[in-house]
Amino acid sequence: MTLRRVMLFTRFERFWHWTQMVLIMLLLFTGFGIHGFHNLLDFKNAVTLHTGSALGLLLLWVFAIFWHLTTGTWRHYVPTTNGLLKVAKFYAFGIFKGERHPYRKAYWRKHNPLQAISYLALKLFLFPAIWISGLLYLLYTFWAGAAPGEALSWVAMFHTAVAFAILMFVIIHVYLLTTGHSFKEHVMPMISGFDEVELTAEEEAYLEKDEPGHIR
Amino acid sequence: MVIFNRRVTVRNALSLVSGLLLLLFTFNTQATNEAARETDADMNYRLDTLIEKPTLRSDSNSTADHSKFEELQAPFLSGPEVTRACLKCHNEAGQQFMKNIHWTWTYENKKTGQTLGKKHLVNTFCTNARGNEGMCAQCHAGYGWKDETFDFNNENNIDCVVCHDRTGTYYKTPPTKGNKACSKMFAGKQPIQWSTVAQNVGLPARENCGGCHFYGGGGDGVKHGDLDSSLIHPDKKLDVHMDEAGPNFACTKCHVTKKHVWTGSRYDVIAKDTEGTGKPGERRDVATCESCHSGEPHPNSSLVNIKLNNHVDRVACQTCHIPTIARGGIATKTDWDWRTAGKTKNGEGYKEKNYTQGNGEHRATYKSIKGSFKYGENLVPHYGWFDGQMIYTTIDTQFDPAGGPVDINRYTGSAADENSRIWPFKEMHTFQPYDKGNNTLVYMHLWGNDQDAYWGSYDFSKAIKAGMEKNNLPYSGEYGFVETYSYWPITHMVAPKEDALACAECHAKEGRLKDLEGFYLPGRDSYRWLDVVGLLAVACTLLGVLGHGMIRLISTKARKQS
Repeated sequence: MTLRRVMLFTRFERFWHWTQMVLIMLLLFTGFGIHGFHNLLDFKNAVTLHTGSALGLLLLWVFAIFWHLTTGTWRHYVPTTNGLLKVAKFYAFGIFKGERHPYRKAYWRKHNPLQAISYLALKLFLFPAIWISGLLYLLYTFWAGAAPGEALSWVAMFHTAVAFAILMFVIIHVYLLTTGHSFKEHVMPMISGFDEVELTAEEEAYLEKDEPGHIR
Repeated sequence: MVIFNRRVTVRNALSLVSGLLLLLFTFNTQATNEAARETDADMNYRLDTLIEKPTLRSDSNSTADHSKFEELQAPFLSGPEVTRACLKCHNEAGQQFMKNIHWTWTYENKKTGQTLGKKHLVNTFCTNARGNEGMCAQCHAGYGWKDETFDFNNENNIDCVVCHDRTGTYYKTPPTKGNKACSKMFAGKQPIQWSTVAQNVGLPARENCGGCHFYGGGGDGVKHGDLDSSLIHPDKKLDVHMDEAGPNFACTKCHVTKKHVWTGSRYDVIAKDTEGTGKPGERRDVATCESCHSGEPHPNSSLVNIKLNNHVDRVACQTCHIPTIARGGIATKTDWDWRTAGKTKNGEGYKEKNYTQGNGEHRATYKSIKGSFKYGENLVPHYGWFDGQMIYTTIDTQFDPAGGPVDINRYTGSAADENSRIWPFKEMHTFQPYDKGNNTLVYMHLWGNDQDAYWGSYDFSKAIKAGMEKNNLPYSGEYGFVETYSYWPITHMVAPKEDALACAECHAKEGRLKDLEGFYLPGRDSYRWLDVVGLLAVACTLLGVLGHGMIRLISTKARKQS
């Protein structure tokens, strides 16, 4: 096993991540504006930006899902209990004692078990919850008619609740970037695409020969 | 210039003289205008300025010049004579018009079973036309309706020229003289030149309809708030359709007619028109916005427009596109208190004019004959869910005076009903007499040259007794005052699109729709508990990561020190 700098986040993945980041921040900002928490944007612009960003994000997700399925990248998110407890324990205690992170990134397993399960939950539950309720909200006349009554209230309530949950995810996600050696070190792989990974001899040989641009 | 040419000099002199004459004439007219204004801005039904400048109707497309018809060359001396001449050629018009509400003053609402119309209703202004036809029927499209003897089956009694006069010189006065306290209002008018008027008929323009409809409720702009004399020569800001320099719509452009009956009744409003423009060539048979602008009035070219079109099913066009009413410098009455009526100075009735409206004219805030008033301009309308139906408190409706204010006309509709939309209304607030014993509204005998007429006697008990007796209605003999509201759907004074309401006028906690119930309105509504729980959870997350970070910092420092 050797530690090498390897292309872990390919161009599309980085594009997907950062576009998604911008759109989610826009959606949170405009959404809570529409909700009445702030008046930094007038209602018309807030709604237009919110709807536009949401439609953009949905399109991006269509591409991202297609990409995950065709490239096999989905395997990074398969949940595992193997080492999950260790990672959790590390964030709860070990980190304060200066212990080393228990997880070593692998070429086909770039997320630690806690990360993988968190991202999977985000993709399988929070994201669908927000976009399904968002579409129901946007297109309520098609399923509830012109007089939706209580139905629209429920959708609005659910949509708002999920938005709070996503905001909480964003806070934790950003905070965890500070838990490595430095914030920059954690963010750089998502910019350059390269991260340090322990490779098997076979993986190293394969990359050296067939993907020389993906290994440094 | 060939100044030495004699003929030219003569011509010059002539034109100078005629110019001077014209100047004198103009000056004279202006002086009359001043005099007219001084008499009473409220009661000046046909503004004299109109005589100089009738509004143009460029769209009449008439194939006949009425001034050339032999039938109209006669020296007419009265209205019915003119009508007979009209009906000689327009031989169906009489029978057609006699079905029109402008003639019948009666509307049978088949949905509610109520008999409505000016002939029957009690309103929140002068309260009742019935029994006061001697005054009120000056706005009846007929000649000589003084009392119940009027013949509604005689088509010669139809007043054709009140709608069709295009000289601007025709006017109507009350059918009877009334008390001397009132009759002076109409003094000093030039006699009507019947033949000239008859030869200059055409399709009605705004000032024809406006001659009555701008002055409903007893004065300019009093009743509706979206109809007043500022619409005779409006600019684009005031009304995009009637804009004199633009489309210059006559009323009948929207209130389309079929056999002398026209569309757009406020007794039976089409609150939601789902048919839109119909297929090409189909006859428009409604006065709705949608009948021209369709059910998707905003071009589906942007997210904003698509969202706006999404509103059409629940929000009337008028709600956003008429941001305020009474915008033309003429005020509308918002409050009327009959309780203070009847005060006199040296035995004479008087007026106080303590409201100055946008165009500089003074409006009465007190009149002995009517009580006290309040006015509004640039008014934000009242909003409500409206399905097009009005329920009236009629003369025979019993109510509980202790049960709060009485709605003289209550609009129906709700958020739960798909056929209701949010509509703007002018809300009128009044204290008016009622029968304390029978708990009903009353007809008052206001107009007349007798001891019982309120306008003269200033005695409610006599006026009510006479008003009820005249119509064979029970009256307990005891009157009181009841607080009432009336609601007038708003549909005119459509502003240019850049002046339409911004979203946040309604989508806000304290917006225009803050009192409307039964639906979720983004920006206005939220669940307090959810916001509290949500914000708490976010705060806990922040505190959690901050705490986690703090412990990390402290423990790292401690480790480094050790």
